[in-house]
Order: sequence, then structure tokens, then C-alpha cells
Amino acid sequence: MNARAIVVTSGKGGVGKTTTTANVGAALARQGEKVCVIDTDVGLRNLDVVMGLEGRVVFDLIDVFEGRCRLRQALVRDKRVETLHLLPASQTSDKSALSEGRMQETVRMLTEEEGFDRVLIDSPAGIESGFQTAASAADGALVVVNPEVSSVRDADRIIGLLEARDITDVRLVVNRLRPEMVKRGDMLEVDDVLEILGVKLIGIVPEDERILVSTNVGSPAALDEASRNGAGGAFRDIAKRIRGEDVPYAQLQAQGGLLTGLRRLFGGG
Amino acid sequence: MFGLFGRKRSKDHVKERLKLVLSYDRAKLSPGRMEQLKQELMGVITKYFPASESDYDVKLEQHGDRMVFVANLPLSQADA
Repeated sequence: MNARAIVVTSGKGGVGKTTTTANVGAALARQGEKVCVIDTDVGLRNLDVVMGLEGRVVFDLIDVFEGRCRLRQALVRDKRVETLHLLPASQTSDKSALSEGRMQETVRMLTEEEGFDRVLIDSPAGIESGFQTAASAADGALVVVNPEVSSVRDADRIIGLLEARDITDVRLVVNRLRPEMVKRGDMLEVDDVLEILGVKLIGIVPEDERILVSTNVGSPAALDEASRNGAGGAFRDIAKRIRGEDVPYAQLQAQGGLLTGLRRLFGGG
Repeated sequence: MFGLFGRKRSKDHVKERLKLVLSYDRAKLSPGRMEQLKQELMGVITKYFPASESDYDVKLEQHGDRMVFVANLPLSQADA
């Protein structure tokens, strides 16, 4: 993706925006980029806990907007990856403190003055001012969608709103795919979602228990190099594709289904 | 489209439902308004030639990037 400021959004809540922001941000930083992840969910701050940085938050986005601190003071540097930084949301203000102009100025300063290669903006759920502010500073977008009716519908709405903002570098992250359900025809396939939404794909992330474990301990799964297949690896692949690498899509295996059982029986893959 | 025992897979249902609801969403038209449009269209059409409502089919279809309003109004045999 050519975009340097990428909003991570979905419309619907709970589909994995914050998880995607934390993991793709961490993976991009691990791959050598200087990355800032911004939490714009004012009043419902969560990116800090998902990344395990909650204990080091001093100032926040609204402090920057309202001049109570300098931008650099509000940045929380990650312990594990030096080039990864978090700009936390305010937990006490409400969304009325957001401003598209301030947001654009903040992102401009990050990329032009503070030397960040990439800024990931974690959008709140919904299509109201929080989303609009997050999108206002972006020149690209990752739309996170679950293969499920309400998430796909909301993603379509969000894609329309991004188009209205002339954000054309829009890519789809299909999150929480369950291969065994796809195999038995009880879950939309990735191709179905792409056909319905008409947006280019950038990643397929399987449902993976390790994501919950990684958020329990505050360490993004993408930083665990040992997890090759699974969500951590899928997020690393997304980061590589953002950086322009041509990474083939891993074949997701249904686990323990009748077919795999039979195949095992006959010695196949 | 159909599984081993003729059961329609649930993902085929959701895909059809999504395509339909998104066509209305994208056209910013509710299914109820669509029904009204159909009724009004019927009123105009029947002024010019006889037709029965059961023959009518109006729907929204996605043609590439564009939403298209498709009305299928067959003339009855007697008048053709």
C-alpha cells in the first residue's frame, strides 16, 4: 500500500479492529518500519491494554489536541520493539473533544516531523464523529470484516463512506475465519465476501484462541515468531503486503473435520 | 449450490440475503418504498394495457459498479 496513514475500521464493533491495529502495527515495526498506532476511541481506550502498554500512559490524544502536552510527550514507546509507538486515546474525555483538523495536523507532524514511516489509526465502531475523525487523517484503510451477515453489511457501509472521503487505497482483512465451518458450507468463504463487497483483499486471519491469550498478557501475537500458522502469522503477512511484498495466502486447514480425518486415514495431506 | 443431501447450505442463504439487502442499502431505498414504487408503476402501466400484478417483477441488480433498477413487465398474450 502506498498509504502512510492507514485507518483501521469496520463499522460494526467487536470484529477485531484493535487486535488488527496492534498486531499489524507490531509486525510492521518488527519488519523495520517506524510505526505509530493511534487509538481514536475516545472514552473507550483499549489499544493500550491490548498492547500491554497501559502502565506507561501519561498523556493522551486529547491532551495533544488541547495543547496540554507536546506530541512527543504523549507517545508511549513499546518495550519489545523500539520503533513501535502508541498514541493513546483519552479515557475521560468524550468524542466532542475530537477534531478533524487537529487529527490531520497530528498525523502530518508524525509523518513529516517525527519521522514515522507508517501511522495506523484505530477507529471506534460506528459511522459517527469518531470514525469520521479517524478517517479524516488517513490516505488508506484496512476494513476489518468477519464472515458474518451484520459485519459484511456494516463493512459495505463503511466502504461507501471511505469512498465519499476519496480514500481509494482500501483493503479488506477477513478476520476470525473458521475453516471447518467454511468447509461444511456454514460460513461465507473469503471469495464470497470479496464478491459481495468488491474490495481488494490484504489478509485472511483465522479464528485463533492464541489471540485471546496474547491480549490476556498484553503481547501482540504477531510478535510471537513461533506461531507460524494461525492469526499471528496472518497479521505478519498483512504487514508484509502493506510494505509491498507479494506474500502468497496460506491455505487454512480445517481442524479435526470429517474430511481431514478421512484424508489422514488415507495418508493424504 | 446444494449440499450432499439437497440441503441448502447456510452460507448460500446468507450470501443471497446479503446481496439483496446491500442492493437496497446502496440504492438508499427501503424494501417498503420499493413495493410502493412497484404499485405506482403498476397504476401507470395498467392505464395503457391490461396486466396482472402477479406477472410483475421489479428488483435492483448490481451491474458492475452500478445499481440498476430492473422491471420485467410481460404483456399478456391476448394483447400481444
